[in-house]
Amino acid sequence: MAATQEEIVKGLAEIVNEIAGIPVEDVQLDKSFTDDLDVDSLSMVEVVVAAEERFDVKIPDDDVKNLKTVGDAADYILKHQA
Amino acid sequence: MTAKIKPSKGAPYARILGVGGYRPTRVVPNEEILKYIDSSDEWIRTRSGISTRHWAGPQETVAEMSVEAAGKAIADAGLTAEDVDAVLVATVSHFKQTPAIATEIAHRLGAGKPPAFDISAGCAGFTYGLTLAKGMVTEGSAKYVLVIGVERLSDLTDKEDRATAFLFGDGAGAVVVGPSDVPAIGPTVWGSEGDKAETIKQTLPWDVYRGANPEDVRFPAITQEGQAVFRWAVYEMAKVAQEALDAAGITADELDAFIPHQANMRIIDSMIKALKLPEHVAVARDIETTGNTSSASIPLAMERLLATGQAKSGDTALVIGFGAGLVYAAAVVTLP
Repeated sequence: MAATQEEIVKGLAEIVNEIAGIPVEDVQLDKSFTDDLDVDSLSMVEVVVAAEERFDVKIPDDDVKNLKTVGDAADYILKHQA
Repeated sequence: MTAKIKPSKGAPYARILGVGGYRPTRVVPNEEILKYIDSSDEWIRTRSGISTRHWAGPQETVAEMSVEAAGKAIADAGLTAEDVDAVLVATVSHFKQTPAIATEIAHRLGAGKPPAFDISAGCAGFTYGLTLAKGMVTEGSAKYVLVIGVERLSDLTDKEDRATAFLFGDGAGAVVVGPSDVPAIGPTVWGSEGDKAETIKQTLPWDVYRGANPEDVRFPAITQEGQAVFRWAVYEMAKVAQEALDAAGITADELDAFIPHQANMRIIDSMIKALKLPEHVAVARDIETTGNTSSASIPLAMERLLATGQAKSGDTALVIGFGAGLVYAAAVVTLP
């Protein structure tokens, strides 16, 4: 069953916590991965790959650069999940 | 009539008999890189794990560094230059397309008249060469094959490109591959993905200079799409590394050392996680003080791992090269 936006944000928070050590409560829709959460471009790739596995979605390299905020990523996953 | 042709007779198996390296004398710290780019020591260290690299001086040519590294590898193998009967040189930074630099190196070593040629396979050049050498030894066309990886990537570095200015280094690494009674180089898992040819590349072809005023054309440099290469290197190469383990019938628990191409410390760290390598496996992290030396990185890292005692002769190591092409090659080897 497809995940809801709330479930996706919760999942992303766990992934970001695992990869970058950011507290899960800090991962909110309006937060920028780079500026607010200190997720650099290479960690972002790890976040994306983990999200692909968790939500059964493909996020091509060309789309990764458009995912600036947690909200961008959640919307992308909502739209593209299998 | 079809006459009966005598087959060639090779050794039952092949192994790496010796390893040697040459690192240019000039050590370049991040502070020097920062003269040309708007960045910081901390940024460079966290993104790449590199604190210093060696850049070759005018006398430290591709041939000179190769001769130095090869001499050490030959001595380490307990051989002399006359014993070498094939010379393979992997490089992308020898600036004459013809003749191959391998013939000059063979001559300067005093190796007689061995077959000698260059290999263009980016950062997988050394592991490609290792695979060819193993084939030559077991097929019988050579007994002792010298495989050299050598680069002067400082010549192909855009010192004002903040994404790559800090990344590359210079140096040479070499091994001698020869006969063995037991398998000591496992099956190679190798290939190419030409659909990703644009992700790591030389900015301009050499013929851009034809008819152009050299002052109007920037010298070519190596560029890469960082995120795309990182994803491929970590996740796709972890699968290739696992296939090489499986092909050799070795489990990760049986490994003593992991010697990946020294592309970026973050790639190495993430590959270890993706491969689920056990704690006891010694991991080559030569990149910290050597930078990314493309085809030279694996033999240089192998030499350092052995010299520092982190690994020892007879240990079982997984080597994997990957880079521009995109190309890759991985195998399990017994260390010399």
